[in-house]
Amino acid sequence: MNALTENLRAPPGTSAPAPLGKGRVSLFDWFLLPARLATRQLFFERARLFSAIAGVMFAAVLVFMQLGFRAALFDSATRLYAAMQAEIFLMNPLTMASFRPEAMPRIRAHQALALPEVAQAVPVYLTQAAWRSPETGAKRAIQMIGFDVEAGAMRFEGLDKISDALRQVDAAGFDVRSRPEFGDVAKKLAEDGPFEVQIGNRMMRIVGIVEIGPSFGADGNLVMSEVNFRRVVRGRDPSNVDLIAIRLVPGADVQATKARLKALLPGDVLVLTQPELVAHERHYWETATAIGFIFGFGSIMGLIVGMVIVYQILFSDIANHLREYATLKAIGYSNFYLARVVMASALILAVLGFVPGFLASIWMYDFVGAATFLPLGMTWDRTVTVFLMIFGMCALAGLLAMRKLRDANPADMFS
Amino acid sequence: MQAEPIRIEALNYAYGEGELRRPVLRDVALQVGVGEVLWLTGPSGSGKTTLLTLIGALRAMQEGSCEVLGQELFGASERARVSLRQRIGFIFQNHNLLGALSARQNVAMALEVAPRLSEAERLARAGEMLAAVGLAEHTDRLPGKLSGGQRQRVAIARALAAQPGLVLADEPTAALDKVSGAEVAHLLRDLAKSRGVPILMVTHDPRILDIADRVVTMEDGRIVEQS
Repeated sequence: MNALTENLRAPPGTSAPAPLGKGRVSLFDWFLLPARLATRQLFFERARLFSAIAGVMFAAVLVFMQLGFRAALFDSATRLYAAMQAEIFLMNPLTMASFRPEAMPRIRAHQALALPEVAQAVPVYLTQAAWRSPETGAKRAIQMIGFDVEAGAMRFEGLDKISDALRQVDAAGFDVRSRPEFGDVAKKLAEDGPFEVQIGNRMMRIVGIVEIGPSFGADGNLVMSEVNFRRVVRGRDPSNVDLIAIRLVPGADVQATKARLKALLPGDVLVLTQPELVAHERHYWETATAIGFIFGFGSIMGLIVGMVIVYQILFSDIANHLREYATLKAIGYSNFYLARVVMASALILAVLGFVPGFLASIWMYDFVGAATFLPLGMTWDRTVTVFLMIFGMCALAGLLAMRKLRDANPADMFS
Repeated sequence: MQAEPIRIEALNYAYGEGELRRPVLRDVALQVGVGEVLWLTGPSGSGKTTLLTLIGALRAMQEGSCEVLGQELFGASERARVSLRQRIGFIFQNHNLLGALSARQNVAMALEVAPRLSEAERLARAGEMLAAVGLAEHTDRLPGKLSGGQRQRVAIARALAAQPGLVLADEPTAALDKVSGAEVAHLLRDLAKSRGVPILMVTHDPRILDIADRVVTMEDGRIVEQS
């Protein structure tokens, strides 16, 4: 540019000629101007905008539900162990999951007491037995947990109140959060007081309720003293236990004690801290079953469907406005600028679709959680994860749709 | 002496390759002076639109020399061509306004491409340009609510808003009736003249030939007549 043309560029009516040369482009100009153009175009066609938002929302709800189920599965599967108030556990190395335990010698509990750090070693018996519903007479498998009810190694809610009653012959406590197929035990208890119910081949008295919650492995739970457990499970050798819960004296170092126990005990028991025990149970459900995979797969399917919807919307938007995009190129907008417009559209859709999807998912968690008795709940971790997934999904759709911009050829604008 | 805004020498251009190669411009030479209003006319297929797109840096050159606003386009990079386009005002046969944007926002788009002004200044200048084309009352209307002549006037305001060094127009009156076509053509000429901006316009429309400084006729890829 030179002096004369610069003069020409100043229109009459404006005081000073605009400074020439590219000034420093601020962040506002770099991204917010394309984003503003994207917003104006998105909001211009409301019907299209809403269908795009619905698509993103659908994907968000689907992913939230899949990840919610997945987390609920693992939470519920490990709920039993998480509720046990002990620092270290002994378990048969062959035990894969709590609903199908392998036994180990009870003597290991006594051996563990040899260490001064060990305050208590509580043997736990686990098995599943048939519960005959007091309402319909139908049989259903229920998880039975037998342990020393006074040791305080279990912190199931409500256990303290009934621990005395559990010492009676044939007494058992029912998990009030078991699935409803077991009958409305809480109501019957409130109306009639303790009542008898057939468990396995024996009549037992339900004396009170605790709260544990069903898992994928067990639809309901029944707690009782180890003596009563042996009364139901005939032929069970009392010297074989399924789990040993070890409580340490206050202030003892968990890791150091674990190492000492490992050195002390023979190789037929696994020494695990409580988080390790929970992780072991979780590992079973993650790897030995297809359930973890199925929910992961469902999440990916949701993301793909959402991506296809967003891609379709963005693609047809570019195709319908090809002349406008070509015009922008003709008047000096670069391909990269228009790419930013498309990307901004994608990310705006991600945010606009995620928010209602998030709210709908919270409602769905309550609704489905109430119907399935699974611990479904929104967590910040999952909120952030799903948002990033939806964001990435829309960004990918935007990148794919951008290729259509190449068809906007400014030379075609002149015919 | 000032260099001409457009100086073309020995320009050849062909579509297709090999046996399908079809030359559309042959040995074209053309100069447009500062402030000159030039009408480019000729029958369909004579190559005038191709010439316009080459001058507008919308197409890559093949052979010859074409210097526009001091930028040699032969062998110019995409980046250089995009930057040159920002200094040219384009007016199309169809207005090609963005349907989602108001008239004022459409004009401001020409100023946002290489932002040197603040948002308020951009909107103020867009308003001034719309007033200059007689649309002061309609600044906030969407293009869909404007008549054909009004839309083309918005397009003129957009083309001139960024104070271009050159205006390229392709049949700007083709979609308009006689009265509004003549109005738009005179408006474009007057605005450009008052700013000293040269105009190169491709047109078939004999009704507006009278307002040109010079008429160049093309035929079969060659310039056959200059008057």
